[in-house]
Amino acid sequence: MARLARIALSPEELDRYAQQLAAVLEHAAQVAAAPTAGVPPTAHPFALVNVLRDDEPRPSLDPAVVLAEAPAAEDGRFKVPPILGEAP
Amino acid sequence: MTPAGWEAVIGLEVHCELRTRTKLFCGCRNEFGAPPNTHVCPVCLGLPGSLPVLNRQAVELAMRIGLALGCRIEPSVFHRKNYFYPDMPKDYQISQYDEPICVEGALTLPDGSRVGIVRAHLEEDTGKTSHIGESGRIHGAGYALVDYNRAGVPLVEIVSAPDIRSAQQARAYVAELRGVLVATGASDGRMEEGSLRVDANVSVRRAGSDVLGTRCEVKNLNSLRSLVRALEHEVARQVGLLEAGQPVVQETRHFDEDRGVTVALRSKEEAFDYRYFPEPDLVALAPEPAWREAVAASQPPLPAARRQALAELFGAARLEGPRAEQAETVLELGLDALVRAAAEAGVDPALALARTANEAAAQAEAARQVDPGAYVALLRMEQEGRLSATQAKTVLAELLQHGGDPADIAERLGLVGLDRGALASVVAEVVAAHPEEWSRFCAGEEKLAGFFTGQVMRRTRGQADGKLVAAELATRRAAEAGAP
Repeated sequence: MARLARIALSPEELDRYAQQLAAVLEHAAQVAAAPTAGVPPTAHPFALVNVLRDDEPRPSLDPAVVLAEAPAAEDGRFKVPPILGEAP
Repeated sequence: MTPAGWEAVIGLEVHCELRTRTKLFCGCRNEFGAPPNTHVCPVCLGLPGSLPVLNRQAVELAMRIGLALGCRIEPSVFHRKNYFYPDMPKDYQISQYDEPICVEGALTLPDGSRVGIVRAHLEEDTGKTSHIGESGRIHGAGYALVDYNRAGVPLVEIVSAPDIRSAQQARAYVAELRGVLVATGASDGRMEEGSLRVDANVSVRRAGSDVLGTRCEVKNLNSLRSLVRALEHEVARQVGLLEAGQPVVQETRHFDEDRGVTVALRSKEEAFDYRYFPEPDLVALAPEPAWREAVAASQPPLPAARRQALAELFGAARLEGPRAEQAETVLELGLDALVRAAAEAGVDPALALARTANEAAAQAEAARQVDPGAYVALLRMEQEGRLSATQAKTVLAELLQHGGDPADIAERLGLVGLDRGALASVVAEVVAAHPEEWSRFCAGEEKLAGFFTGQVMRRTRGQADGKLVAAELATRRAAEAGAP
């Protein structure tokens, strides 16, 4: 899971998060045990569909402000470490 | 070409950027070519606390695409597709997974073959990553620069069934699909700007077999030419492996345009686990029947119907060979309505098609703006011999550039019928070729004027002005009568 999330964990952190994850999984198991026979699956707890907006432009952010938040920038763009492979 | 004894099995995924004013989930402009990172906001940058709201026009265009491909429009749900790559600042892409908006359609190609459409779904585009380094290639780059203007631009991904059997058929499919996407107003069709991007799933099998081979996914097919080159290379590569007794490994491959080959990116074992789950910030999408019906009722004519309408102009003469190519040109450029309007006004369809596919097509943008009435009037002037072909092309160039009335343009440019001198020499040739008829005409047999006019028309292929021919004949007869 740490690999999927691209985070490095120390042995102490691994122990701590393993316990926390066990609690999360236990909770998920409780949810999974709920009697749902005959209940249609839903993606959302709200009885809402089609929340839409009109195709009207709104102002974007000032690029200088945006790039000021980045660890590194060059040429108006975000600068990131070299990437192995290609986008998934 | 597919090697003898083998058959290619190809399915295509076409990503189409939608022609909306704004992005899929925020009000940033959807505009190609703007300075980097000028069309970004908290939503498309994935800043904490921001929430996406779906663009109505993107949904409508997705429905138009689905209906044009004969798909059912279904209630759909957005999912998060999770992956780590800097082209998406959120570290996930909002897409549709197991409940897409459009399902089960088909596209019939000009040759009559039919390619099934499995699904078409809405998703957001990613940002644009430029790899900077000595080699210029992806591997070995020093660092990368990212522009998020494209991140969040609406896309429809159209997934075909594995019904395609050759690189040429794949090309025909993408060309026809592009025509449909442009006709519906969903896309500008500009592959060179990345408006349409294609991935291919390719496998091969012995001809006659109905077992599917191991497939590879080929990415980076960004022009019709690349598509054909990449597929031909990939099919030959797989056949080569199998004929040498080696297995095809299921993997993702990248088409290297410079070298014309596909290279392995990652194997099945390295495939990404996207951990799809329903996007909690968006509710389900279920276009009401009235909306669907309104979209269906306002669908523009699609390329297949327009191709048919052109073919009907020719009737028994058929739309074949160079004429079929001209028809494809005017269909692709959206100029077919001009051909139909001219033919309906009595212009020879072959003349209307030729002028439109050649001279008008050379200035397609202007031709799409031209007043159809003026365009038809010009073709009629040519048809009726009031302008020669060369003169008609001159007037057409002026009409496309500045507009106006073709008769006025012709007068202004001093182009009236065949040039008088040229006409006189044609008449002289005809007279010399028919001395007996000429004497009878000079002796007062007036009905022979029609004979001479017909001969002149034949030699000028109908481009001479009948009145001018009659005047020239009269002048010539008077001159001979007056001669000693």
